[in-house]
Amino acid sequence: MQGAGPAICLGNDIDTDLIIAGRYLRTKDRSVWAEHVFEDLDPALAPRLSGSVIVAGRNMGCGSSREQAVVALREAGVVAVVAESFARIFFRNAVNVGLPVIEAPVACTDGARVAFDLDGGWVEVDGKRYPARPLSEKMVAILRAGGLVPYWRSWR
Amino acid sequence: MSTLSEAILGAPAGEYVDREVDIAFAHDGTGVLAREALREMGVERLPHPDRLRLIFDHIVPANTGTTATLQAELREYAGVSGIALSDAGGGICHQVMSEGVVRPGMIVVGADSHTCTLGAFGAFATGVGATDMAAIWASGETWFRVPETIAVNLSGRFSGAAEPKDLALAYVAELGMEGATYRALEFVGDGAAGISMDGRLTLANMAVETGAKTGMFYADAVTVRYLADYGVTASPQAPEDSRYERIVDIDLGDIVPLVAVPHRVDTVREAEEVAGTHLDQVFVGTCTNGRYEDLARFARIVRGKKVAVRTLVFPASRSVLVRAIATGVLADIVDAGCVVGSPGCGPCLGAHAGVIGEGEVCLSTANRNFKNRMGVGGEIYLSSVATAAASALAGEITVPEVV
Repeated sequence: MQGAGPAICLGNDIDTDLIIAGRYLRTKDRSVWAEHVFEDLDPALAPRLSGSVIVAGRNMGCGSSREQAVVALREAGVVAVVAESFARIFFRNAVNVGLPVIEAPVACTDGARVAFDLDGGWVEVDGKRYPARPLSEKMVAILRAGGLVPYWRSWR
Repeated sequence: MSTLSEAILGAPAGEYVDREVDIAFAHDGTGVLAREALREMGVERLPHPDRLRLIFDHIVPANTGTTATLQAELREYAGVSGIALSDAGGGICHQVMSEGVVRPGMIVVGADSHTCTLGAFGAFATGVGATDMAAIWASGETWFRVPETIAVNLSGRFSGAAEPKDLALAYVAELGMEGATYRALEFVGDGAAGISMDGRLTLANMAVETGAKTGMFYADAVTVRYLADYGVTASPQAPEDSRYERIVDIDLGDIVPLVAVPHRVDTVREAEEVAGTHLDQVFVGTCTNGRYEDLARFARIVRGKKVAVRTLVFPASRSVLVRAIATGVLADIVDAGCVVGSPGCGPCLGAHAGVIGEGEVCLSTANRNFKNRMGVGGEIYLSSVATAAASALAGEITVPEVV
């Protein structure tokens, strides 16, 4: 699995309340989450997300288990999330909704070109290559299928 | 030479395993999404509905027509699928599960990050997202990476006005918000034996605030006695000489009243340092501190006095509420001028029932003080029940006296 896009740099400990606030959870309309994603962090971010790669620091997606956080990013058109480390539920959720997550400590500049290859196990920022922490076989299979729902449908 | 996680999951740290789960639960928030995912998977019949629970706690009773409709659909699905439902007023999922459902040695998954709470019973209990939960409903199993373990080695006894919540804030500050990511915590040592089940649940609850998968206590005489009150027979677990990645030593006698200040759970000060901070609201409850012992401790301090600031008290479950009524604890709380809400999460997640306004400051016994969580532009300080009670009486953050 490969992909690329301009970087949007975020800091450490971005919690899921900041990604999508509790006040927007009571709906099944995914477009609502995409519209309000990162609203409490920086309201100017949402329109820039389509086609981009989020590059965060440590403990990306900590806090609540809300899957709306990863769905919001995917629906907003985020190509992948790179971080030095992830909160574990966010990490699982991302894989489960087919949003590539790459654990690697990269130096980020806003707008830098980020490319990644999950099979090759690397991520590049403006041509500088970093090794990515390998995913388990099952996680790779789920991502390749496009998420846990299509994975399930193809295996059962 | 296994850690508790290794013993329960049956594999060494670092391995990926597929395991059947003993209990899986979701709440009104995550349950709606899990139901959607299940529909998309095309699954009709669930293999083990008896192992599943739906527990309405996040926005109960429903605050809007939309919420009510989402809950009605999920309620109907519970009936059709055979999943036992704890409806509005039954209480917070982790508390309901702690009242005679979860037992030592079980594998427990909940579609809520604070599922780690139930590790207090010596179970492997961890949170997952909604799609994971749907797959668990459909198959009865899921995958785990067996975690490395950090031991929190407790010695001594609490002194002064310190209580388990202060210890929870202390270990979160020590480890930091990502200090235990992908790992399990085990609370061990002589100091653990003297902590009640309610206190252990408070301690295990905040494990996820360090990034941990779960926070575990070995089942002992305290666990066995607690479960016996619910008619459940359990046996103690024998700790092994485990390989811990790291050991954090804490003497309970060194713990003093602490407060986490906005907007990070691991930014912790002695209550004395922030004493005098003006408050607009005090909130007592949640899966961290809404249990009977918490309400009783709060009532002891406010009994016969009046709170000086808007104070909300949400019992963690119906049985906590019933017991607080029977013992007079609830009357003391109401007489002191507090607002009592229905069992559930209350305003913790910022969706209803006591959210705060722009610029308002709340002292809360919950587990998260993230920016804007309880209301846009509000500030959240986190403390113990005793600190919350003393502060409610004074209208500002106040160091509790020894009672």
